[in-house]
Amino acid sequence: MAPRKSPSKPASQANVSKDELLAYYKDMLLIRRFEEKAGQLYGMGLIGGFCHLYIGQEAVVVGLEAAAKEGDKRVTSYRDHGHMLACGMDPNGVMAELTGREGGYSKGKGGSMHMFSKEKHFYGGHGIVGAQVPIGAGLAFSDKYKGNDNVTFAYFGDGAANQGQVYETYNMAELWDLPVIFVIENNQYAMGTSVARSTKSPSLWERGAAYGIEGEEVDGMDVLAVKEAGERAVAHCRAGKGPYILEVKTYRYRGHSMSDPAKYRTREEVQKMREERDPIEAVRSILLTGNHATEDDLKAIDKDIKSVVNASAEFAKESPEPALDELWTDIYADEIPQHTA
Amino acid sequence: MATELLMPALSPTMEEGTLAKWLVKEGDTVSSGDIIAEIETDKATMEFEAVDEGIVGKILVAEGTEGVKVNEVIAVLVEEGESADDIAAPAPKEDTPAEADATHDSAPAAAKPAAPVEVVSKASPDFPEGTPMKTQTVREALRDAMAEEMRRDETVFLMGEEVAEYQGAYKISQGMLDEFGSKRVIDTPITEHGFAGIATGAAFGGLKPIVEFMTFNFAMQAIDHLINSAAKTLYMSGGQMGAPMVFRGPNGAAARVGAQHSQDYAAWYAMIPGLKVVMPYSAADYKGLMKTAIRDPNPVIFLENEILYGKSFEVPDLEDFTIPFGKARVWREGTDVTIVSFGIGMTYALEAADKLSEEGISAEVIDLRTLRPIDYDTVLASVMKTNRCVTVEEGWPVGSIGNHISSVIMQRAFDYLDAPVINCAGKDVPMPYAANLEKLALVTTDDVVAACKEVTYR
Ligand SMILES: Cc1ncc(C[n+]2csc(CCOP(=O)(O)OP(=O)(O)O)c2C)c(N)n1
Ligand SMILES: [Mg+2]
Repeated sequence: MAPRKSPSKPASQANVSKDELLAYYKDMLLIRRFEEKAGQLYGMGLIGGFCHLYIGQEAVVVGLEAAAKEGDKRVTSYRDHGHMLACGMDPNGVMAELTGREGGYSKGKGGSMHMFSKEKHFYGGHGIVGAQVPIGAGLAFSDKYKGNDNVTFAYFGDGAANQGQVYETYNMAELWDLPVIFVIENNQYAMGTSVARSTKSPSLWERGAAYGIEGEEVDGMDVLAVKEAGERAVAHCRAGKGPYILEVKTYRYRGHSMSDPAKYRTREEVQKMREERDPIEAVRSILLTGNHATEDDLKAIDKDIKSVVNASAEFAKESPEPALDELWTDIYADEIPQHTA
Repeated sequence: MATELLMPALSPTMEEGTLAKWLVKEGDTVSSGDIIAEIETDKATMEFEAVDEGIVGKILVAEGTEGVKVNEVIAVLVEEGESADDIAAPAPKEDTPAEADATHDSAPAAAKPAAPVEVVSKASPDFPEGTPMKTQTVREALRDAMAEEMRRDETVFLMGEEVAEYQGAYKISQGMLDEFGSKRVIDTPITEHGFAGIATGAAFGGLKPIVEFMTFNFAMQAIDHLINSAAKTLYMSGGQMGAPMVFRGPNGAAARVGAQHSQDYAAWYAMIPGLKVVMPYSAADYKGLMKTAIRDPNPVIFLENEILYGKSFEVPDLEDFTIPFGKARVWREGTDVTIVSFGIGMTYALEAADKLSEEGISAEVIDLRTLRPIDYDTVLASVMKTNRCVTVEEGWPVGSIGNHISSVIMQRAFDYLDAPVINCAGKDVPMPYAANLEKLALVTTDDVVAACKEVTYR
């Protein structure tokens, strides 16, 4: 039961196939280009409200999705675009939700922070910091109750990791052996508050030890390392051994949301990360040095992805705003007469 | 000097209990701290300890006696050399002080005019005339409703603090662990926020949780999930997924439990689109509405009342008895004033109607039963007939259900009103502990009577 002490270990590239590498590259690049486009559309006023970009953190969801199988579930915070694309949701539907249009996953009624796909087992998109954590454990509870071997990935940030309900959930998840993987996406900041300014705990995953939950720290800028850790976590859960914690060390390049002046860190800090630790560049260099792909191959991939993203932006602009009577639908599942006087 | 042993009050709301077992017999010597009897309340079996020392002189209430009133003398302790036979069997004591409330003091004097226009309708719109009935407490009706639905649907389960092994903090889930096992009747740690979230996630995942809050006061720690997670997700997901589940537990004042354990949340939850809110009064309604709540594909807030748990009512003896949401029940027909209430408020509304009839005022009494949706039509039709309305609820007066009903009446039946609508509510204060102050803080039958007289200009 003693939690494993794990220095982040470099992933072995030995038995990773070319196809696999190319798939990670494409998936990560799609998220990056999609987010860059969302940033542009926000600047043009086509996206409103809060919009939290995932740029820099792509290896986390792409690595973990590689460890998942059909039927597994995921739930995350408001910083959710990457998770949706990584689990196979349609970029058009995601982008159109960002613009608040009828073609969006929630018919325009959810927005950037609140999107769902029953088909892809994506349970949101949650705007309340930390609230997705017990929800994730509850999804795992439902699978255990039904007696299947699905697992749930419950993603949350380093800031969320200080919420009390996370620890209430740890306790019950271990008590009831729920097949849930708690993924702490430690991007080092909660809005403007660095981890060091919010806790004296040396590590976040080790807090699970208080509840008897095993876990480990993972280099979140290395998609292969994330995938390997994800496979260990998934195996643990599927074997009926209860929850597992992955603290994935990552970094967000952009501001917390679109309106973040980012005075809490230096440009140099961000620049250094981008130059030395970028997860997409890392796979790109493996592809090239291992002779798995040529510069031209990668250019072609980039071009394809750009066209997918551009098409999603077009779709999101063209899709009409929701019909006015949508205001009154989806409040109750049985659509009984509303509570109107 | 002989010492009388009185039937103890073993919970804030206990009025009577069963003397299950004597652990001493006449002639035994007891000292302080000895366990002398087992007493069964509506909630649990408790041990009764001796406070004084002495010899058990006489046992006045035999073991197995049910319905022993609190403060009744159950035995007498004597001193060495004293004989129990010297002691005249004392008459049973008066009820607890809390029982002798203001309404008794102001009970109408003997000769009152007979009620001229009284029509009492106890018929329920929910089942046909002639349906076989059985007498049940609210507690039993609730348990039966949950158990029936759990037999019917494998995905329904119950979770909460002390629901399983302890048989429920208020004994609502008695016997359910035995029947359904620990997979479906689940004890949680004391973590309302966490388990409300887990249950909501389980509902997203296709199960139908029933979450018991030990009382709704503690649901304040979990309210984020009730509202932000359970109530809003169907809308935010464009209809893709919602939370078919029930949050239930006692709500409102019990007796003498102070400010943090006495709040009525009816108006809070009734405000939230995406929730359905139920607050029944009778055992039949508890049963029929709980079964409907469990089957409902939306999150339902089911507000129960500790004082009502032990009250008995006639419940239809049907295999599958449900009551649709959004249908008020007219408990009593009348012509002079409409009294609108729900939950424990109905106790005062019905008592007031009785008193008013003695003074020749005929009150129609409507039990809303569900607060979201609300059956406005029944209220409006009644007000159009009586031209006057008084609302009764236990919660606070600002932003109350009564305020809302008044506004609807004003908008839709203004021309029918012969007097302003009066809202009888709890006083605008945190609940005090002192017995006299608590009584003042709660809405009373006299408040309702006075309000009805005011709107009828009597
Ligand atoms: C309960 C709650 N408190 C505060 C906020 C406002 N808020 C939104 S994001 C955020 C920071 C969260 O940081 P972290 O958990 O590290 O996630 P990240 O944004 O880095 O992905 C805050 C304080 C909120 N949405 N919910
Ligand atoms: Mg963070």
